Amino acid sequence: MCFLAGLFFLRRGEEQLDKQTTSTPIWRNKKTVPIILQAAFVIVAGFALYFMITNMLYGLEQIGLTLGLDYLQLKASFPIAESLISYSPEDPYIRALLVGLLNTFKVSFFGIITASILGVIIGISRLSNNWLVNKLAVIYVEVFRNTPLLVQIFIWNFAVFLPMPKIQEALRIGPFYFSNRGTAIPWIQTHSNTGMWVIIIVVLAISAMVLYKLLMKKAIETGKSSYPFAASIASFIAGCVLLFIFTGSGPVHFTAPAVQNGTFVGGATLSIGFLSVLIALSIYTSTYIAEIVRGGIMGVPKGQTEAAKALGFKSSTSLRLIIFPQAVRIIIPPLTSQYLNLIKNSSLAMAVAYQDIVGVGNTVINQTGHTIETIFIMIAVYLFLSLATSLFMNLFNKKFQLVER
Amino acid sequence: MKKSLSLFVSILLVLVLALAGCSSKSSSTEEKSAGSKSSKSMLETVKERGTLKAGVNNSLPGFGYIDSDGKNSGFDVDIARAIAAGVLGDANAVEFRPLSATERFTAVQSKEVDVLVRNTTWTTNRDAEVGLSFAPVTFYDGQGIMVPKNSGIKTLKDLEGKTIGVETGTTTELNLADQMKAAGVNYTAQPYDNADAVIAAYESGSIDAWTTDKSGLVSRQSTLKDPEAHVILDATLSKEPLAPAVLDNDEKWKDAVSWIVYALIQAEEFGITSKNVDEFKTSDNPEIQRLLGVGDTNLGEQLGLPNDFAYQVIKQVGNYGEIYDRNLGPDTAFKLDRGQNALYKDGGLLYSIPFR
Repeated sequence: MCFLAGLFFLRRGEEQLDKQTTSTPIWRNKKTVPIILQAAFVIVAGFALYFMITNMLYGLEQIGLTLGLDYLQLKASFPIAESLISYSPEDPYIRALLVGLLNTFKVSFFGIITASILGVIIGISRLSNNWLVNKLAVIYVEVFRNTPLLVQIFIWNFAVFLPMPKIQEALRIGPFYFSNRGTAIPWIQTHSNTGMWVIIIVVLAISAMVLYKLLMKKAIETGKSSYPFAASIASFIAGCVLLFIFTGSGPVHFTAPAVQNGTFVGGATLSIGFLSVLIALSIYTSTYIAEIVRGGIMGVPKGQTEAAKALGFKSSTSLRLIIFPQAVRIIIPPLTSQYLNLIKNSSLAMAVAYQDIVGVGNTVINQTGHTIETIFIMIAVYLFLSLATSLFMNLFNKKFQLVER
Repeated sequence: MKKSLSLFVSILLVLVLALAGCSSKSSSTEEKSAGSKSSKSMLETVKERGTLKAGVNNSLPGFGYIDSDGKNSGFDVDIARAIAAGVLGDANAVEFRPLSATERFTAVQSKEVDVLVRNTTWTTNRDAEVGLSFAPVTFYDGQGIMVPKNSGIKTLKDLEGKTIGVETGTTTELNLADQMKAAGVNYTAQPYDNADAVIAAYESGSIDAWTTDKSGLVSRQSTLKDPEAHVILDATLSKEPLAPAVLDNDEKWKDAVSWIVYALIQAEEFGITSKNVDEFKTSDNPEIQRLLGVGDTNLGEQLGLPNDFAYQVIKQVGNYGEIYDRNLGPDTAFKLDRGQNALYKDGGLLYSIPFR
């Protein structure tokens, strides 16, 4: 009986196949199934999100808190030790958060630059034929890559910078002062003529470039070099010298730091919190960058090196002109991830009293009780910095990829 | 292509409808739970759980710290133990949560702790916007500044151009800004995430001075390498009334915590201590009978607490004076004078509302 029934169904199935009808059940249809699955996912995700939001609002309502950004306009009334813009406790919370954002930007920006330089040097050193250089680079990478970043930040802060001499007995090396209050370095100071200088320098630079193009064109046409590069540089320098004689001052003043009444005056002071975070972040990220650079260089076909050698290039020249430009294409995408990591890792700055966006944000949360809004502001700041970095690196990447034919 | 588009649109429609239906449904459940929220007090939660979760300090000797036996100890810790004794009848039924100054309010808001007893200053803003509710003040304090003895700094004016360490997220951070502005003194404030970091920076000389509540300064001075080499300036920058805090909108729980604190003060006023409390149980004094819940009085019951809650608090933890002397008094390293924290009849500010 069963057998018969089975046979019957088999027969029916064959019939349907024969007809080539569109009556495939909806759950087996190749077209509809993905759509149903996606829709189901969206519905589930939507419900989850909806539940979380209502749950949050309910919880807030229960303890009598309301969401809103009005608090940002209130007086912050807490001080911040270091700031790129003028700030006093009289300013509103929004400005305090801006100070935090700029501090995060400052440490990330300089961190990315130093990490990149260190990373490229160490990455190339790891490929060096010099035994000592090679092994030192290996040790550097393995030590700093395999210890937690927070621990490294603490070591710089508590074992390196805090035991330095007090500011009154600051260690002086040339124009540099080292103390446990911070390190003071000579720095530029703008004056009334700076704006004019900047404009004229830009004009001079553009005209020098135009001159270079013209002379280069002429050199190609006539086949006789009129030293386009030297000529354009000379014209630029001559313009600057003339301007200096005319105005009697350079574009900026340099001020050297000095210690007066237990504080640094003049120059720029780098706080120990900033230095600890900057150095730790740079070193930690540079180990990853070094590995990326090494991978990038090794990713360039060996034939390129051999060809360069056959043409008589020095190894340093072949690295600079042939290998590295090709390696850059491999390096940039993973490098971008490391830059993003560095930006996000800078949030550890709080541990050594460097007032970044997280440090300031936590204080704001504590003073106002607006936890959720402030956390969202922090998220937005990191999202903004990361996306801006990604965008910039993608443009850079595109430019390098286009060079390839 | 067209077909899949229409399908997509119809799915979207279903989604919107489903969400709309869901929102109307959940708003009705919201009403229900909003109605029930007043009935489910933290007091019930704590009783059901059988333990009290208290947010405390773990790095302020005398107030909240880990003692040499590895146990939480200190003035604030004893207040938390008194609350547990009053509510649950067992002073040891406390789960201590160490909190930093910045973590503490979020911990209360998210109900990670039932009560915060962590040298927290009672302020308007915290009472209103931060969503806290404060029990009576357990310690009247004032903000001070510590400097090295050899620095020659005597007054606020001498701090001109100096760097002063503060703990982030504290009232002291704000008071310092106010007071220095009033005094016309330019200074740099260096905020640190926790007290230990401030001390580390201060001891190494990275900062010239540091500020916190005077009791905190006295307490931390005892832990410095050379306590004698540092002085606390005479100037008091602010009023710092330290009080236990609970989540706002829960009157029952706040009342319970408040009256346990009052019981500590009232017991000292009557001279009832942990040693002689049993003798007082047979007292004829109706006021004492009401406090200890003997005879036909039911003040404890009215608060939702056991009738003998004050007896348990006094028996297991002691009265206010005993707690003070044990943690901060003449026999301890701090030797803090009672000062403002004496009973009102001794010239202090402590005053219990009558138990009636």
